Amino acid sequence: MSSVPKISQRYVVGWLLLMPAAVLLAMFTHYPAVATLAESFFSSGSAIRPSAFVGLDNYRLMLDDEVFWKVLANNVWFAVGTIPVSIGLAILMAVWVNSRMPLQGFVRMCYFTPTVLPMIAVANIWLFFYTPEIGLIDQISGAFGFGSHNWLGDPDTVLGCIIVLAIWKEAGFFMIFYLAALQAMSPELEEAAQLEGASRWYFFRRVTFPLLMPTTLFVLINAVINSFKLVDQLFILTKGGPDNASSLLLYYIYEVAFSFLDQSYASTLTVVLLAILAVIAICQFVFLDKRIHYQ
Amino acid sequence: MSKIPRSPWSAALALVAGLTFATAAKAVDLTMYYPVAVGGALTKIVDGLVADFMKENPDINVKAIYAGNYNDARIKALAALKSGQPAQLSVMFSIDIYELIEQDAIVAFDDIVQTDADRAWLNGFFPSLMENGKTAGKTWGIPFQRSTIVMYYNKDAFREAGLDPEKPPATWDELVAAGKKLVKKNGNQVERWGMMIPSTGYPYWMFGALTMQNGQTLMNGDGNQTYFDAAATKEALQFWQDLGSKHGVMPSGTIEWGTLRKNFLEGQTAIMWHSTGNLTAVKDSAKFDFGVAMLPANKRRGTPTGGGNFYIFKQTSAEERTAAMKLVRFMTQPERTAEWSIKTGYIGTRPDAYETAALKQYVIEFPPAAVARDQLEFATAELSTYQTGRVRKLLDDAIQSVLTGSKSVDEALGSAQQQADGLLKRYR
Repeated sequence: MSSVPKISQRYVVGWLLLMPAAVLLAMFTHYPAVATLAESFFSSGSAIRPSAFVGLDNYRLMLDDEVFWKVLANNVWFAVGTIPVSIGLAILMAVWVNSRMPLQGFVRMCYFTPTVLPMIAVANIWLFFYTPEIGLIDQISGAFGFGSHNWLGDPDTVLGCIIVLAIWKEAGFFMIFYLAALQAMSPELEEAAQLEGASRWYFFRRVTFPLLMPTTLFVLINAVINSFKLVDQLFILTKGGPDNASSLLLYYIYEVAFSFLDQSYASTLTVVLLAILAVIAICQFVFLDKRIHYQ
Repeated sequence: MSKIPRSPWSAALALVAGLTFATAAKAVDLTMYYPVAVGGALTKIVDGLVADFMKENPDINVKAIYAGNYNDARIKALAALKSGQPAQLSVMFSIDIYELIEQDAIVAFDDIVQTDADRAWLNGFFPSLMENGKTAGKTWGIPFQRSTIVMYYNKDAFREAGLDPEKPPATWDELVAAGKKLVKKNGNQVERWGMMIPSTGYPYWMFGALTMQNGQTLMNGDGNQTYFDAAATKEALQFWQDLGSKHGVMPSGTIEWGTLRKNFLEGQTAIMWHSTGNLTAVKDSAKFDFGVAMLPANKRRGTPTGGGNFYIFKQTSAEERTAAMKLVRFMTQPERTAEWSIKTGYIGTRPDAYETAALKQYVIEFPPAAVARDQLEFATAELSTYQTGRVRKLLDDAIQSVLTGSKSVDEALGSAQQQADGLLKRYR
């Protein structure tokens, strides 16, 4: 039998247990974030022109950069376009596949499939959906006598096309959360409502939806973060074009860092992205944690 | 635990072992990165060439590493350089030259060549393929996997429209006239377009062809001056836009690079401008009679070259440079160049490669291969400047904004030139 360890020893054990996670987190999350912030105050160096401290020059450059404002605006529209629709669809699909129906497992799988497919593969398929004349969408609209449209080549429709793809990809993922929440709900509620003669819509509006609220908030936060993170499709579909009409913030950061090889300006843009995501994360802690009731 | 040899016999053994090790250490190890821009089978061909080289030069070990596309290859090579474990040589995008010089990453071949034979070899490439590898009076890149733009046309569609399939349009006017005849409509619905020039992915590359045909290059040879707002440049962009908006022979808006080949193969367009890199793919899957022709002329014929060059890095020892030079010379021997060209569809980079029996025979069997070669006479460098990524994007955005009708030619190119001037000022 060992004696009870001294308090100082318990601290050591505690810290040792924490260390693996702490080291990894510091190395791969905190250090890069701090290094990015530091780099944003320097100019990009080359062998001939070494990097120098430039203060807020990179930020000034950013405020004057038309493309930055364009991709930021695009990103806001992308978020506004994808989030409400994909959440609405997710609830609808979840409620549907939660009810007793034939082929329930198959339907659930169908809804979830887009989520498990890699985005690059999906984008390659959708590229041919959107292709004028020979694409699926034009073939269908052509059958109804509509003319063909250059979906990805028109600045007015290209962002919409990207949004539709994102909704298709995301809705199934969110559905899983709603489905889990629905299945955790007590069946007595529905039985009670039926005894009271409540209509299905009334039951959904006054009972199901409010009880899903914590899930909705959780999904909402994730959807907002995803709207800044999902850019894989741009590499295949549009490369941000035409004329930046479909470019998003993260894609622009990639371009600046790896096509322009301007690490400093890329760091500056990354700091902005980090700030946006941090604000969202703080919102999550302030609003969300109070409302979620884990049963 | 190490044991100290006790007997004279084992001491002698250890000495022999040490000597063998010393001889083995004399062998030079080379690491080479290379990109593949068009398909997976190329890695096998490169591996085969490298294996042949090592058979001939047992004292040189070459590790050829496939490094993704051109962009990935450049990032990997520069990252390896920063990490202190650089490769000795690499195939990279020909237009990366200024970036690599600015990073002080590469050496000029003029500083490595030793013998007259080396110098003769250096002068044996097609001059237009050398343009992207030369600046400041020196040669920094040796052409390897190089391409140009050619015009693919559907001969069946030409016959159907009453055009001579053996006489593809040779001028801009003929192109518009032929295009108008080739457009096939069903009511308001266009069933077949006259032509398509892709405008996503690499719009600046296609535009380089149009401007050259109008007698104008896009930049100077020092890579610090662009000519985006020259009158001839503006005319060329106006012509490109007119093809869609005025003449109606091409869809308006941007045309996707990635799906264009399919459009052509499905008969949605009678003519397409595309890289020679597509030759084999089109040949394998076209269900109709197709032809390949040089791009048409306005003031003259013209196309930019494209593709990858060999570079030798600066952080190398004298032996490594000599060995790397040997490898580059081996890969660009006439017979190897011919073999490479036949297997991949890339242009043979040297006139003497076209004198080899193999390539002579191939050109007779497959005449389109000769079109790319003959067009080299009219070819010019691909857009490449200092800050090349940014400058290229300025032009890409300007082109796309005009093609989609959101800006006028003057406005778009004027602003692109102004911003390019801002970026390039400090390199003059």
